[in-house]
Amino acid sequence: MSYFSDIYKGIKTLLTGMSVTGKYFLNSRKGAITQQYPDNRDSLKMFDRFRGEVVMPHDENNEHRCTGCQKCELACPNGSIEIIWDRKVDPETGKKKKMIEKHIYHLGMCTMCGLCIEACPTDAIKWAQNFENSVYDRSYLTRVLNKPGSRLKPGVEE
Amino acid sequence: METTTNNSNFKSEEYFINMGPQHPATHGVLRLLLTIDGEIIKKVEPDLGYIHRSIEKMCERDSYQQIVHLTDRMDYLSSHINNEAVCLTVENALQIEVPDRVKVIRTIIGELTRIASHCLWWGVMGMDVGALTTYFYGFRDREMINDIFEETCGARLTMNYNIPGGLMFDIHPNFVKRVKDFIAHFKTKLPEYDTLLTGNVIFQKRTKGVGILTKEDAISFGASGPVGRASGYSCDVRKHHPYSALDRVTFNEALKTEGDTFARYQVRIQEMWESLSIIEQLIDNIPEGDYKVATNAVIKLPKGEYYQKVETARGELGVYIISTGTKNPYRVKFRSPGFSNLSLLSHIAVGGKIGDLVATMATLDIVVPDIDR
Ligand code: SF4
Ligand code: SF4
Repeated sequence: MSYFSDIYKGIKTLLTGMSVTGKYFLNSRKGAITQQYPDNRDSLKMFDRFRGEVVMPHDENNEHRCTGCQKCELACPNGSIEIIWDRKVDPETGKKKKMIEKHIYHLGMCTMCGLCIEACPTDAIKWAQNFENSVYDRSYLTRVLNKPGSRLKPGVEE
Repeated sequence: METTTNNSNFKSEEYFINMGPQHPATHGVLRLLLTIDGEIIKKVEPDLGYIHRSIEKMCERDSYQQIVHLTDRMDYLSSHINNEAVCLTVENALQIEVPDRVKVIRTIIGELTRIASHCLWWGVMGMDVGALTTYFYGFRDREMINDIFEETCGARLTMNYNIPGGLMFDIHPNFVKRVKDFIAHFKTKLPEYDTLLTGNVIFQKRTKGVGILTKEDAISFGASGPVGRASGYSCDVRKHHPYSALDRVTFNEALKTEGDTFARYQVRIQEMWESLSIIEQLIDNIPEGDYKVATNAVIKLPKGEYYQKVETARGELGVYIISTGTKNPYRVKFRSPGFSNLSLLSHIAVGGKIGDLVATMATLDIVVPDIDR
């Protein structure tokens, strides 16, 4: 007797479960959350806090805000940032001043922890939302963040 | 099983197979050495270390701010709670009182993390016992939480949102609305979980009475989290040693006494309800205030030993720091819930079938990076 009641119970619970899946099957157009990536690349917008890669914004005069203080380099847990700096004559004041030559960023080593951006006293670096970082050789992932010929924005002090 | 081994015509013999390290049911790179007789398991030996990254050693090299982001990579499904554990240890050592706002936000995000982790667990649990649909439903609901995290913290999994002294930045303006949307959404979806899987006869037959862990064994193996609570061992750190804002909310500790796979399943489902109620109690009155208190750029803990435990989605995570007064810890030790929960697998899986082992493993809910560290 319990044999038949087991079969009956088995079928009943199966159907109960299938009522949920059936409901979604019939309403499959509503509430679909899958995204048609990469077809939706044009309309895809990441959240503005999304951590994709570290970038250094430059303004229209090719000026950035990095003073070369090396705080980001110190804050980075895994050595993803290297600052190459030199003492150069500041054209404004005529005095010698610490300035960056290269702000090197190894995207391939970066763990996206955000400590460098927190540490920067002049907000010279920020997050970019680009996440399509696949390249054919990892050397492409080493970037110089300050653009060629760029210089420190006048008035930015540590 | 008696008849097969004692039958003189057909002698069965024990043999040995590997499960893993690339087996999907081991949920990561874990190798189980199984000694089996027919389909009966005689012995299970977990073999660890495939993804050991020496996080504890790396912590000795790093400053206290830098340690936090390494703990993301331990139990990556409870990353926020891991971060919180380290930050609480450092804050206690420095005797910093963080603002109320920080406490409440930490607790809300911590409970969201727990729900997200249990959603994922529920999905893969169903998949392990042969129900593929659960996987999609579990991930659908987890996706909403991940979106909340991505908008506020910038990352979906390795969030690193806590810093010693508070939070890295304030919550996103949309945070409260999104969390409320999620609560409303999830309250309609959680009963579906029960309809779909919990009541199913096949599922119940595969889980009831399988992998029974007694309360005594749970305590002696150091089980914690849902695994311990399903055996009737009241071990919720949130209840017994409340941290952050958990002392100002009321919730029930999910307890079961059966100790089998189905009980562990039920405990986690009930925990999702409890987490929802905790978030509901807090979300409407997040206190105004600062999102961090200033700490020195170089944090030096006073000489001494510090310990703090928290309840992650898997159980009790303990952070033990020995400081000699320098800017790096002298020694950091993590007491991870996954490690002790895995240790009892060889005890409870013996005598069962291979299929039972998969179901048992699924409710132990191990995350291998947490075990290997
Ligand atoms: S995000 Fe973290 S790992 Fe990446 S460069 Fe900045 S500090 Fe280094
Ligand atoms: S990016 Fe910021 S922290 Fe790094 S060297 Fe430049 S100014 Fe200093």
